[in-house]
Amino acid sequence: MVPLSWYMLLSIVIFTIGVFGFLSRRNIIIMFMSIELMLNAVNINLISLSHYLQDLRGQILAFFVIAVAAAEAAIGLAIVIALFRNKATAHVDEVKEMRG
Amino acid sequence: MIQELLFAYFAFAMILLSILVVTGRNPVHSVLWMLLLFFHIASLYLLLNAEFMAAIQVIVYAGGILVLFLFVVLLMNIREEVRINKFIGAGPTGFTFAAALLVVVILSIRSFVASPPGIYSIDVIKQQTHAKALGMILYTDYLYPFEVASLILLVAIVGAIVLAKRRLKS
Repeated sequence: MVPLSWYMLLSIVIFTIGVFGFLSRRNIIIMFMSIELMLNAVNINLISLSHYLQDLRGQILAFFVIAVAAAEAAIGLAIVIALFRNKATAHVDEVKEMRG
Repeated sequence: MIQELLFAYFAFAMILLSILVVTGRNPVHSVLWMLLLFFHIASLYLLLNAEFMAAIQVIVYAGGILVLFLFVVLLMNIREEVRINKFIGAGPTGFTFAAALLVVVILSIRSFVASPPGIYSIDVIKQQTHAKALGMILYTDYLYPFEVASLILLVAIVGAIVLAKRRLKS
């Protein structure tokens, strides 16, 4: 039987890699993929807790996380397409119109 | 024993694949590594006796979201992407922040105290089948959040169309 803390460690390592990617990458699509990575890390944690605590509510929560992730990907990629149309770039450091 | 070995393989492969996703130079390669990562995550869910979530993971993430990502990646100028520096100037700050977060959360895992176990043990789920047990909770106790989730998806559809369409000439 794999201990629960192993799953938690795996989850936090993947989450941290996602945080690193979101904070340091230049390409906006890779930044969105880092967000998906973080959501997946949370899902692993929720489902492993649901298994070890013998309660299905964690999986229900993971279900809603997947639904919100789908909505977030659709909206985010629409924003990326709008960005391509206006600026023809995918680099977040070239988009600075809203800087005060 | 076999479970530990399988977990070790999946954990190692998932960490390696997520590092490859985040540090890859070519975005198309990143999307493909991510596809492999999602299949590994689905297999990990099978290890946790959550076969419905594994199916959802493959269908929604690998089948839906990643195809969307691939469409958008194809709009990009890959040649320029491969040439320039892939990290922004504040990259080391991001790395420091992520490493600090990792240390803090790992230190806090030790103080985790599990609550008393619920009624859905593996035998109960096996008897009811996983999808039925999940559906019984989702459509009774969590019916209102389920409706809210459908509203969120509707807003996402409308919002994506409004954001991505060309402006109409008036």
